[in-house]
Amino acid sequence: MSAPLEMPKWADTILVPAISVVAAFLMAGLVVLSIGENPITATRWLLQGSLGTGEGLGFTLFYMTDFIFVGLAVAVAFHAGLFNIGGEGQATLGGLGIALALNNLSFLPGFLLIPIGILAAAAFGAFWAAIPGYLQAKRGSHIVITTIMFNWLASVLVVYLLVNVLREPQSMNPETRAFPEQAYIPFMHEVFAVFGIEIPPSQLNLTLVLALAAAYFVWLLIYRSRLGYAIRVVGANPTAAVYAGISPARIIIIAMVLSGALAGGLAVNELMGYQHRLLLEFTSGYGFVGIAVALMGRAHPVGIVLASLLFGILYQGGAELAFEQPNITRDMVVVIGGIIILFAGALDGLFRRLVAQMLARPKLARA
Amino acid sequence: MSPAIELIAINKRFGDVHANKDVNLTVERGTIHGIVGENGAGKSTLMSILYGFYEADAGEVRVNGKPIAIRSPIDAICAGIGMVHQHFMLVEPLTVVENVMLGAEGGRFLRAGEAKVRTELARLAKEYGLEIDVDAIVGELSVGLQQRVEILKALYRGADILILDEPTAVLTPPEADALFNLLRSLKEQGKTVILITHKLREIMAITDCVSVMRRGEMVATVETANTSPPELAELMVGRRVLLQVEKAEKSPGRPLLEIEKLSVVDTRGVLRVANASLTVHAGEIVGIAGVAGNGQSELLEAIAGMRRPILGSVRLGGREIRPSEHNPHQMREIGLLHVPEDRLRMGLVPSFAAFESAILGFSHEGRLGHGPILDHDRLIADLSAKMEQYDVRPPAPRLKTSKFSGGNQQKIVLAREIERNPKVLLVGQPTRGVDIGAIEFIHRRLIALRDAGVAILLVSVELDEIMNLSDRILTMCGGQITGERKPSETNEQDLGLLMAGVTDEAA
Repeated sequence: MSAPLEMPKWADTILVPAISVVAAFLMAGLVVLSIGENPITATRWLLQGSLGTGEGLGFTLFYMTDFIFVGLAVAVAFHAGLFNIGGEGQATLGGLGIALALNNLSFLPGFLLIPIGILAAAAFGAFWAAIPGYLQAKRGSHIVITTIMFNWLASVLVVYLLVNVLREPQSMNPETRAFPEQAYIPFMHEVFAVFGIEIPPSQLNLTLVLALAAAYFVWLLIYRSRLGYAIRVVGANPTAAVYAGISPARIIIIAMVLSGALAGGLAVNELMGYQHRLLLEFTSGYGFVGIAVALMGRAHPVGIVLASLLFGILYQGGAELAFEQPNITRDMVVVIGGIIILFAGALDGLFRRLVAQMLARPKLARA
Repeated sequence: MSPAIELIAINKRFGDVHANKDVNLTVERGTIHGIVGENGAGKSTLMSILYGFYEADAGEVRVNGKPIAIRSPIDAICAGIGMVHQHFMLVEPLTVVENVMLGAEGGRFLRAGEAKVRTELARLAKEYGLEIDVDAIVGELSVGLQQRVEILKALYRGADILILDEPTAVLTPPEADALFNLLRSLKEQGKTVILITHKLREIMAITDCVSVMRRGEMVATVETANTSPPELAELMVGRRVLLQVEKAEKSPGRPLLEIEKLSVVDTRGVLRVANASLTVHAGEIVGIAGVAGNGQSELLEAIAGMRRPILGSVRLGGREIRPSEHNPHQMREIGLLHVPEDRLRMGLVPSFAAFESAILGFSHEGRLGHGPILDHDRLIADLSAKMEQYDVRPPAPRLKTSKFSGGNQQKIVLAREIERNPKVLLVGQPTRGVDIGAIEFIHRRLIALRDAGVAILLVSVELDEIMNLSDRILTMCGGQITGERKPSETNEQDLGLLMAGVTDEAA
């Protein structure tokens, strides 16, 4: 008989993820040890590089911003019972939307252009997710398959456009010309400078505030709104949704649209906040990290913000680590990140079951 | 001769819950022993201890007079105890022989074991009248025959003592009769049968002795011949219960729900309801009797707007429902509410907090929130009030829906639908998996609603319920309405024939 996985909320949201992270770090430590390096030193470099300096912290928070958006995107679809693997493609399209909007409307002032850019990212991302959503809802094409295909389509589409259409004629690089300067989302160190506070410069920009606002908005949507209620009914019990007069097809499309729009936020942070042009592969696989972030955060916005911070630390600290200890190559850092994803995502159920059994054994079943 | 089973001072706690308190039970060899009790009374825990799913905290188990320790189902099987679960433990794509062999293959290769199973099954078939096509695919057998496979599995493993958990819950009346004949012949051959059920009629019909559990304690063991259903019900609940709710004669009002020549196909294109016509008047309960799976579910779902009928019309309060407005949402708006048959798959969302399940189908109602946002405090207060009114226990609106017992879940569904003042109420299996105390409550509510002038269409596979509540009874078989009766002018045999498709015209 399978044990019901009931446990107190604190155990579900904090204890289990914490155990996963500790187990992942132990495992990663063994890997580091096996190549003849000291795991304690490595961990120190990792934390030092991501949290120990103002600059490092800035980069960590920059990555965190990316992960919050894609994590939320996966979570919203997840609540509707959908596994949106297409964050990469949706963010890529979001970037295309930004480039088209900003470079064609460069005569507008910043206070109009910045919101337009953000909306364009959301709209293009939403569009790219809506098609697999529609196919799932009306044709039953599996969303996992279609979103993966749409990642490739997005990638190929943007390569074509950058090489043949959007590239500056005199440039050899497959990238657009720089966005109009008034459309740059201000760097955090610039914002602080206005108030006379000096912080070390980094890529971190005001998009972080937008990401946190998005997290609040998703919480409100999923757990408090009528629409979120319908989304959760469809995800938890599609038959009950039909009984309740909620159309699963409609909700699936809506959830995918919201999910794609959120994924577009990644493009806002990377392009409007930092790169200031559209270039190839700016998503760097972060769309997939969003899956791990959402899994680890239990698809809850608070969990997602915390998991994003963890992954931000890993990405930034990992880069520092590779720099300081050349034996631990960039690839090795990827391995460590992979171990964390493995433990936090795939093996999450393992610890969940153990913890549930330890905590709940006495109350398992009632006659 | 020592008794087949003796349980002495069995205690089992799950955290704060004392599921079995000093339970003693003696089952004599060669008898059929019934165990009754409400949901949560500790019957299943006790049987799980006997079958080795749980270990008792304290107490002794004796089989044939010998104290033994049962730590796992394997120990139980070795001691000659077999169990037939309410939900079958069968592998549907495999044949009967393969299912019986499963876990007792007898070696690395199947051939030798299979031959042994075949001879043994042939012997069992002869000895107990347990005929079955041993090469049939289990998934293609009827539910009654699948249950027979479960019994064969237990007997093949040498069971002398057979525990059956709610065996008739899934059976049609004729299948239940066949099961009882089988149990009688097992008894004649010296086997011991323990029957867990909540149907008092079955207890009276087949058991020699009956033990009653209430709140973890064994409150009585009596010889069946010396007791009566009202007495057993009182022992189970701890107070007097009315098994039959009284209702006054009432002349029905104007027709509120009129169904004409309705035909429905399922998702695979099979015709499930064929040309069904019926009318329900204000202040009338029309009961649809039928063996499960004869189109009643599809009929209810089609009326509620969950399935699109291929033919036919639905009129509500005299007005024809257009196909464009025939969906659950708009039917609710115009006063047709629906207590669905399967509350866990349809009527509630088990993983939601109770107060969220309590607005399923109504989450768009303006009064439940501000604009797009739901007002949780309001929902919780609403449900708190209803929980008091409907005696839902525990009265905890934030508790997860799945944590409530079946009866209390059903009360949450009923409260949700009834409190919205239906004109027409569709009710499917209102008391399935609900304990006796709650059944009485639910029946009273339905009668009160009928007295208030609501038109109620009731679907149930429990004939007692149909006979008790209905002002008129329709029978369904194979998607067709096969007859109409007044409860006062019919009996179970008569209805049974109609349910089997022997129509008035043919008779």
